[in-house]
This record gives sequence, structure tokens and C-alpha cells, in this order.
Amino acid sequence: MVEPILSVRDLVTYFRPEEGVVRAVDGASFDLHAGRTLGIVGESGCGKSVTARSILRIVERPGRVEGGEILLRRADGRVVDLAKLDDKSQEMRNIRGGAIGYIFQEPMSSLSAFHTVGNQIIEAIRLHRKLTAKEARERAIELLQLVGIPQPQQRVDSYSFELSGGLRQRVMIALALAAEPGILIADEPTTALDVTTQAQILELIRRLQAERHLAVILITHDMGVIAEMADSVAVMYLGKIVESGPVDAIFHAPRHPYTQALLRSIPSVLAAPRSRLATIAGSIPHPYARPPGCPYYPRCHSFMAGVCDKSTPPVNRIDAAHEVRCFLYGAATETAA
Amino acid sequence: MTAAHNVLSVERLKKYFPIRRGLLRRIVGHVKAVDDVSFTIARGETLSLVGESGCGKTTTSRCILRAMQPTEGVIRFRTDADRDVDVASLARSELRPLRRQMQMIFQDPYSSLNPRMTISDIIGEPLLVNRIGDLATRRQRIAELLDVVQLPRAYMNRFPHAFSGGQRQRIGIARALALNPALIVADEPVSALDVSVQAQIINLMLELQDRLGLSYLFVAHDLSVVKHVSHRVAVMYVGRIVEIAPTATLFAAPKHPYTEALLSAVPVPDPRQRAKRIVLEGEVADPSNTPAGCAFHPRCRYAVERCKVEVPVLAPTAEGALVACHRASELGLAGVGAVS
Repeated sequence: MVEPILSVRDLVTYFRPEEGVVRAVDGASFDLHAGRTLGIVGESGCGKSVTARSILRIVERPGRVEGGEILLRRADGRVVDLAKLDDKSQEMRNIRGGAIGYIFQEPMSSLSAFHTVGNQIIEAIRLHRKLTAKEARERAIELLQLVGIPQPQQRVDSYSFELSGGLRQRVMIALALAAEPGILIADEPTTALDVTTQAQILELIRRLQAERHLAVILITHDMGVIAEMADSVAVMYLGKIVESGPVDAIFHAPRHPYTQALLRSIPSVLAAPRSRLATIAGSIPHPYARPPGCPYYPRCHSFMAGVCDKSTPPVNRIDAAHEVRCFLYGAATETAA
Repeated sequence: MTAAHNVLSVERLKKYFPIRRGLLRRIVGHVKAVDDVSFTIARGETLSLVGESGCGKTTTSRCILRAMQPTEGVIRFRTDADRDVDVASLARSELRPLRRQMQMIFQDPYSSLNPRMTISDIIGEPLLVNRIGDLATRRQRIAELLDVVQLPRAYMNRFPHAFSGGQRQRIGIARALALNPALIVADEPVSALDVSVQAQIINLMLELQDRLGLSYLFVAHDLSVVKHVSHRVAVMYVGRIVEIAPTATLFAAPKHPYTEALLSAVPVPDPRQRAKRIVLEGEVADPSNTPAGCAFHPRCRYAVERCKVEVPVLAPTAEGALVACHRASELGLAGVGAVS
């Protein structure tokens, strides 16, 4: 297999407010390859967004990347550990928006209301590439065209509030691609959008990925979007990746009890009308009241007393690409089966 | 279904918001948020209103509760005394007894509960306001309501901040049930919740309906959720209902091109079903300046000349649906989850 463009190893990001510790990301590992989409899925508080922000080194205080490696392969072949860089260093600034582009959920608050969309894109281009103002403007218009904004010559001079939600998210994508990054991180890029607009934006991300051989990290709570877009999937629960594998294995042969329960509980347009949904007992624990051992054990239907509540389950390998963090798949269980 | 069984019957409802300009604040136009909408809800039935932002689904529900004064139209509500009243034309003083019979569940369980009130005060407030029972019977009723929404009675004296989103939504439901309403208007009741909790609330709403014979007007944008709760579904586009049909029919055999496109856009949680999507071009029309003819024609891949000039009216189909499309009978549109 080719070398991954980004390799995250045992990433640990904790928040330490005065009241205690929130283990937002607690030992996450995954690889990202050029031209592929990694979907990170989970419910609120699982650490999926903090993972993205850790890679970009924009975790807000009192949060901090406290351990692990974030190995980025640069265009010149060098491998840089982003976890070791100062978040304000010149190199990190070059990488943020340069090697790694990113789009967030709320296109309204991510864009400036005081500058035209064109000027924002031009600024991003000139930050990372040596172009004259005129060249950068032409490049900005090209980018707006690329992301499917009608009449880019006119739109380049409009303000973000003059655009609809869907167009704003397209501008965000143009902005993310301004410096021709190899990696695109999209954190809930379509959550605030209507379903038909969502379909347009997902289609756009897919097209751009194919054209530019982008590596994409797609973060969402929506299993439908994951099924639609991802090549491989990491399922997170309370800061841990509980299961990861190829998209087909995750949806058709899920191993972790949480993944299994999550898939059963999602409403589907394919379901029979008025059919009851399978539910997961209880709710996600408060981050300060994190259970010991496997964080999922209080809700788990396969809970083994004295095991799951005592120690953290190791990562068990189902096959080369499919891993699950659960005692059910330990070496002992495999021989028994 | 005869009219006698209808809890609610909405006829030609309109809600226009004036656009004022200039020094004299003259009215220069209208945003037609709801434009000639009619539907009925039977006792024990769930009707879902679906559509994208700005389609008028929330405005419609607000008018029914008279949280907004409709511009035109009749909102016929059958009271528990089996009398029909027109909610749209009632005087304010006559509304209060009616509001006991129509309740609302809100989208955001974080902002819809007063953080300074205990759970018991929140659920008991409708009883207190309507002077129902004494302190002891009210406490008894609150305890029963907590049972109904499957929350421990011990939570009674706690404050909302101690609860998760799903628990808060249960509290909101208990409050809505306090006065034994016949109709509950639920505006996106699960869209702010996590998936694992969403399923619990959907199931609870289904159970309560079976047990208490409630009628729901369910306002939602998520078609997957809608499929799990509805008997019938009405699809709105720019202030109008374009199609209304029994749930199975609407999903398996949509008759309006907009319904087809909406269904096609929903991501299916199965990577083996990455179907070719119908991706609609352009944007939802501006409700202050709707296109002539069918409002959907600029985005419709089946549009013909007639669609640009003549507004289609809702007409019955062979399958028991109503659809507003000139080409409804000749188009064979694709649905999802065909009846298997």
C-alpha cells in the first residue's frame, strides 16, 4: 500500500478547565490516503470535531494536544509531526489552509461579513502563493467557477450575507481549495443545509476529490452521509475510536456493540412506515462522569461485568483493515470461537 | 375517512407578510409564506408537513396554534365537546380554552424549558394556569405524566440543567400532555437530538399516540424520521402543498417531481445503495417573487411550456394521493424503498 499522506497515532487532546478533565480525544489513530475519504462519525461529545481541530492545531483553550503524533507527509517528501509544532509557528500557519484546507459547519460565521468573498479568497491565495493582486483575482474567479457558483465574475464582489446557505458553503470550499491543499477536512459541511442543497455540496466534494486526488476527512453525525461518501470509516464514542474499517464492513459487518446499535437506531427512508426503531439504552454520559474501562459499557448489551468496567479494551484486529476496540474480539474469544 | 373524524381541517390557509418600503412604509409586496394550503388530520393520525427551509411549514403550524394571525382561510378544530370552531376567526379571549386541546412540542429542548423552574413546576404549569385541581391532585398528575414519558418520579424537584437533551424532550412532552390535548403540533421535535436518543423519542411519540389516541401535526425536514412517524405526508414548496399522500405511497411512488427530487437527495445509510442522485439545480424560489405558473418549474427536469404559465392545482390520483402537477399522470417517477 502507498504511504499515507496523514497518519495520526495515539492522539490525545484533553481539556483541563478548573472543574476537572475532559478527555475529548483519548488515543485516536488512523491513516489518510490521497484520493480517499475517511469518514469520522459519532454523536455529540465523541471527539470527532476536536480530532479535526487537533490536526489543524486550532484547539481552543483550555484544550491542548497532549500526546501522540500527527504525521503529515509534505509535498517535498518530508514528514512533519504537527503535534510537535507550535500552533503559532510559521510552518503550522503554512500548513493550515496551505497543505490542509478545511470547511466547517456554519458557513455564515466562518466567512467575514466585512470583506467581499473575492477578497477573502484572494487573501487566502496570496498568503500561500506568490501571485500579483490581478492574478490572484483571476484565480479567485476560477475557483468560484470550479465550485459551481453561477456568474463568478459578478459574485466575486458580493458579500457573504448576499448569498444563500448553499452558495456560502461553496465559497467556503473555494476558500479551502485556494492554496491547492492535498488534504481537505470537512467538519459537518452539510449539517446546516437543506437536503437538496446537501446533495449538491456532497456531489461537489466528490467531483473535486476525483479531479484533484484530494484526501478528505469527512466528519459527521449522519450515517447516511458516511455511507454515501466514505471509503473508510472511524466510529468514535467518548474520545475513542471504537471501530474502524472499510465502509462496507462497517455497515454490513459491524463488530462493536456501539456501531451495531447505532446502525439499528437510525431512521431510514427504506424502513416500513411507522416502524419502531431499535434504541440504545440510556444517554451519552456527561464528560466529567466518564465511566471507567470501556466508555460504552453502561449502555452495552454485551457488557461483561468485571472486564469491561475494569480495564480499557485493546484494539483487536478483525482483518488487515478492520479494527475494533472491544473485549468481545480478544485473542481468547477468537480461539474459543 | 369522513369529516366527522377530523380533529383538524385547514381550508385555503394563507399567511402573507407585507414588505414595506420608503418613508411612508408603504406596502410594496408580500412574502407569501403560506399560500392556499388545505389539509385535514383525523383523530389518532399523524400528518407530516415536510419541505426545505422557507417552504412555509413552520408558519402553517404557527397559524394553526394562532401564534400567528392567518391572512385568510379557515382552521376548523373539533373540540372535545364535539363542536367545530374556526381557530382563525376566534377572538383572543376565546382561544384559551381551545389551547388546552392543542399543544406544542418544540425543537430545542435546551431553550424551551425555563432553567429556573423545577421539573414539577414546568410540567404542572399548564394545570396551574388553567386552575385544574388542588396541589395534591396536581402533584399526582405530574407524577403520572412522568410515568407516561418514562422518567423517574424522583426527578420532580430537579432543574432542567441536570438533564440530557433526550430527557428534556421527554419533559417537554409531559408538559404538552398535561391538559389531555387532542392535537399536538411537533415542530422538528427530534432534529436537535443525537441519533441514539432520537430513536427513543420517536418510539415514545408513537406509543403515546397509540395509548392516548393523539393526533400529531409533525413538522420536519428529515424524511427518514418522517417515514417512521407519519400516516400521511404533505410536501410543501414555496408556501404551497405540492403533494399529499399516505406515507407508503408517497415514498414508493411519488407523483410530484419535487417529491421525487427530495427523496432522491436523502442519503441512504447503506454504502451498497449509492444510487445516482437527482441533484436539483439552483435554489428554492423566493416566496416574495414566486415564478409564474408552477413555482417549481425553473428547477424541474420535466417542465413543459404549460408549467411556466398555469398554476397547477391539487388533484386526486389513482393511488389516493393529491398532487399539484400538470404532468402527474404521464410521469413515472422514482421513489425509495418500494413496497417489498
